[in-house]
Amino acid sequence: MFVTSAYAQETAPAAAEGDTHAGTAVPAAEHEAFPPFDAKTFPSQILWLVITFGLFYLFLKRVVMPRLGGIIDVRNDRITQDLDHAARLKGEADAAVAAYEQELAEAKANANKIGQQASDAAKAEAEGTRKKLEAELEKKLGEAEASIASIKAKAMKEVGTIAEDTTSAIVEALVGGKADKSEIAAAVKSASR
Amino acid sequence: MAAADKVDPIHQFQIHPIIPLHIGGYDVSFTNSSLFMVVTIVLASAFLYMSTASRALIPGRLQSISEMAYEFVGNMLRDAAGKQGMQFFPLVFSLFMFVLVANLIGLFPYFFTVTSHIIVTFTLAILVIGTVVVYGFAKHGFGFLKLFVPHGVPGYLLPLVVAIEVISFVSRPVSLSVRLFANMLAGHITLKVFSGFVVSLSALGAVGIAGSVLPLAMAVALSALELLVAFLQAYVFAVLTCMYLNDALHPSH
Repeated sequence: MFVTSAYAQETAPAAAEGDTHAGTAVPAAEHEAFPPFDAKTFPSQILWLVITFGLFYLFLKRVVMPRLGGIIDVRNDRITQDLDHAARLKGEADAAVAAYEQELAEAKANANKIGQQASDAAKAEAEGTRKKLEAELEKKLGEAEASIASIKAKAMKEVGTIAEDTTSAIVEALVGGKADKSEIAAAVKSASR
Repeated sequence: MAAADKVDPIHQFQIHPIIPLHIGGYDVSFTNSSLFMVVTIVLASAFLYMSTASRALIPGRLQSISEMAYEFVGNMLRDAAGKQGMQFFPLVFSLFMFVLVANLIGLFPYFFTVTSHIIVTFTLAILVIGTVVVYGFAKHGFGFLKLFVPHGVPGYLLPLVVAIEVISFVSRPVSLSVRLFANMLAGHITLKVFSGFVVSLSALGAVGIAGSVLPLAMAVALSALELLVAFLQAYVFAVLTCMYLNDALHPSH
């Protein structure tokens, strides 16, 4: 087989190097072993695997993984921080909106109150004025009625004298001579009753 | 390298010493396999280190890849073993990255595939199962053995069920290692065989060159498949590791 010749060539220098290893002088039949099952190579492979994998493990554990973990942690922290920040800003914005709305509501209430007050005051004033005017008018009406009554009374009194005068004139014209004043007055009085 | 070697699908798995080294009668030479283990960890470490060097808040492409791998493995472990399992995160992450990068490097022509040797995958599997057993006993004492005694099994079935559970537990390192090893081995052999057809057919002249289009297309398709397999096997290895670690944390079913 080709394998045999190639492998024999490579192992030849090792054999020439010295007789420290008996395995190099084994018969050709053993060289034909399927390489992965060739137990002669096992010690070397195990040793170098342990060395290389051990170093690799230590390097990853001590250097690479803390660094990678750190990078990812820092990023996650940053994202959480940014999210918190955003949440806080949103909270602030919400609070500002709430404060604005409250102020708006307060202002509206104030405006209503002021309007109400103004309208109440205006109503009250108008009522006062009306009452005063009414009172004045009432007084004037009373006065007018009183004056009418007095005028009427005076007029009625005058009507009596006019009737007496007229009666005396009529009596004088009809009867001739003067009639007694007191008689005429009594007559008028009884007639006007 | 002889021309004929290119067509030999097994040649790529051979291990040659680069720096011969013998300690205590064992051949522990620095081989091409060792070299590619070093290449694997250097590439993976360098990538992870350099891509995250800027620690950017908004990651670039390379940093995104590192972060994705990190979070992918992290979520996988958290889903399988819960928050307690995160203490094994470095182990699972190293295993995932090592197997993934080793698989991917192996896809390059002339490069050695570290994970195509059963002893490598078996050592990694033993590392996982060893961690499970050691941690399980350290955490739960003999309570860890409840792993083999499921709840709600009638008494007369218990011996049978326990036997099955023990066998399934013991076969875990085998299945874990053989799955990865066999996938990489079979994939690379198939790829090599089809690529070999292209070379052999082209040597036959015009008709051969025309005919070699078919295995060439096959080799291209297989390369894509192998890329998928490289990812998938690293993922499967990491997922199973997470599940086994979950057993160590919560032995009662």
